[in-house]
Amino acid sequence: MALEKIWVFGEAGADGAATITLEMLAKAREVADTVEVFIGGDGAARAAELGDHGSAKVYATGDLAGRMQGTCVASAVASAIASGEVAAPDAFLFGTTYDGRDVAARLSVKLGAGVLSNVVDLRLDGDRLVGVEPVFGGTLNVSSRFADGGPDIWLVRPKSFEPSPVGGPPAEVVDLPVPELGAAGGAVIRDRFTEESAGPKLDEAAIVVSGGRGLGSADAYSMIEGLAKQLGAAPGASRAIVDAGWVPYSYQVGQTGKVVKPTVYIACGISGATQHLVGMKGSKNIIAINKDSEAPIFAVADLGIVGDVHKVLPKLTEALEAR
Amino acid sequence: MKVVVCVKQIPDPADPGALDPETKTLRRDVKLILDESDSYGVEMALQLVDAAGEGTVHLISMVPNDEVSGLRTALAMGADSATLISDEALAGSDALGTARVLAAAATRAEPDLVLAATESSDGYTGVVPAQVAELMGLPSVTFAKEIAVEGGTATVRRQTEAGADLVECPLPAVVSVTAGVVEPRYPSFRGIMQAKNKPVDQLNVADLGIAAEQVGWAGAGQEITEISEAPERAAGEVVVDEGDAHERIVAFLDELKVI
Repeated sequence: MALEKIWVFGEAGADGAATITLEMLAKAREVADTVEVFIGGDGAARAAELGDHGSAKVYATGDLAGRMQGTCVASAVASAIASGEVAAPDAFLFGTTYDGRDVAARLSVKLGAGVLSNVVDLRLDGDRLVGVEPVFGGTLNVSSRFADGGPDIWLVRPKSFEPSPVGGPPAEVVDLPVPELGAAGGAVIRDRFTEESAGPKLDEAAIVVSGGRGLGSADAYSMIEGLAKQLGAAPGASRAIVDAGWVPYSYQVGQTGKVVKPTVYIACGISGATQHLVGMKGSKNIIAINKDSEAPIFAVADLGIVGDVHKVLPKLTEALEAR
Repeated sequence: MKVVVCVKQIPDPADPGALDPETKTLRRDVKLILDESDSYGVEMALQLVDAAGEGTVHLISMVPNDEVSGLRTALAMGADSATLISDEALAGSDALGTARVLAAAATRAEPDLVLAATESSDGYTGVVPAQVAELMGLPSVTFAKEIAVEGGTATVRRQTEAGADLVECPLPAVVSVTAGVVEPRYPSFRGIMQAKNKPVDQLNVADLGIAAEQVGWAGAGQEITEISEAPERAAGEVVVDEGDAHERIVAFLDELKVI
């Protein structure tokens, strides 16, 4: 028996809806009769695309004037439910994103509802949702559900589902007013910066080239960028070198960080801590280069090169350039 | 300026233990250490107090036992004092239960700023800092890359999908700090010795005015229905580099038709 209604938190991507939003819509349609999106921002601009992906309505706050998604959207949803304007859904789905986590966190407090996070699959068990979370580097899958009395709040990892447009009519736009926020609403965005990256995005690239501690120094990361550029790939990183400050957090592939599932993943000087494996072992093909033949990364690699990244990478980049 | 830093003591990630087959949760009978993610929050707090020229750094941590070794590490880095909420009732707490305890303890400390890691290395839900803020009725800025405090306002560079936002936030506020944005100092020998005598206030859940059924197993409101082995990925070909391994990689990429 399907759920009655699921609400999906909608986010904007570079052009149109964020991929994670469309991924969640596809899964939500499988398990619920009615699927609706709620967003912090303008609804009309999103109505056609969200409708195409099966959302009947889009509840939208309108422009937030620089205020944070977390406080605004959580307050708007909680007050719409409290006032009886809308009936609470059986479940809320959020992407594991910067804003998704903020809204989910604040909403959970407002509704007194728990959050189950890092979910990579959802299925129906009777009239309840069960979510699957990988633990211990993805060696075990833990299935969990909420006790009675929802609504459920799920945080879904990107790349867990495939978007699937259904050609539905444009979603009906419904106003979702933001109430008075008080002190909690004090944070305001004064400026926005876009990091110019020449290549594709880390979580959307067909090829990802990642570097780890085996590079030896921050300077050596330029070898990763050089190879990535040559392959039209996105550069990534292990947690170790993000923690060391060599590259920003946005480069991080892993349990904390981004999940990637490219056609080819090239791990350079990465030993393969469970923390890292969770984020990349769903890749279709894995190439690993590491000096230590015992490194755990070789257990998941389709092609493992036991060798020094400082020797292999320059030759590899040069050979590709020569083609 | 009073900065409160929420820190978590976790099993050493190099030896994370196992799931308890009875309770289906992570066994915590192993030695706990300071979560490396939290060392960035502690360092950030120390730097902000230095920059302000005055202030204190107070730690808050919760455990189901009376473990303090991770707290001592952060005290040795330079934090001034700590509150440990230690209570058997905390075992099995979910993110919301955790946030209830941290928020109650942080409120008692009357902070100007509450710092936390963006997510713990073992639970990694990434929602606790914003839950703490909501419970305290405070604004929050998560995923901070830089923080500056001046005149009762924090200016924070926040990580976003596209790049970064510059956010202004009146204090008091909760800010979560991403890893790698500052370089955590190593505790000096002197710091380690001093840490032994720094005050660690130990409280239980009732001391915070929280009912036991709001935390731990009872408060979590969720249950594990199944634990299964994930399908293993088969290892493939391994080549020892003799100076020409790059050719094998090129051939492999060729086979995959990606070059």
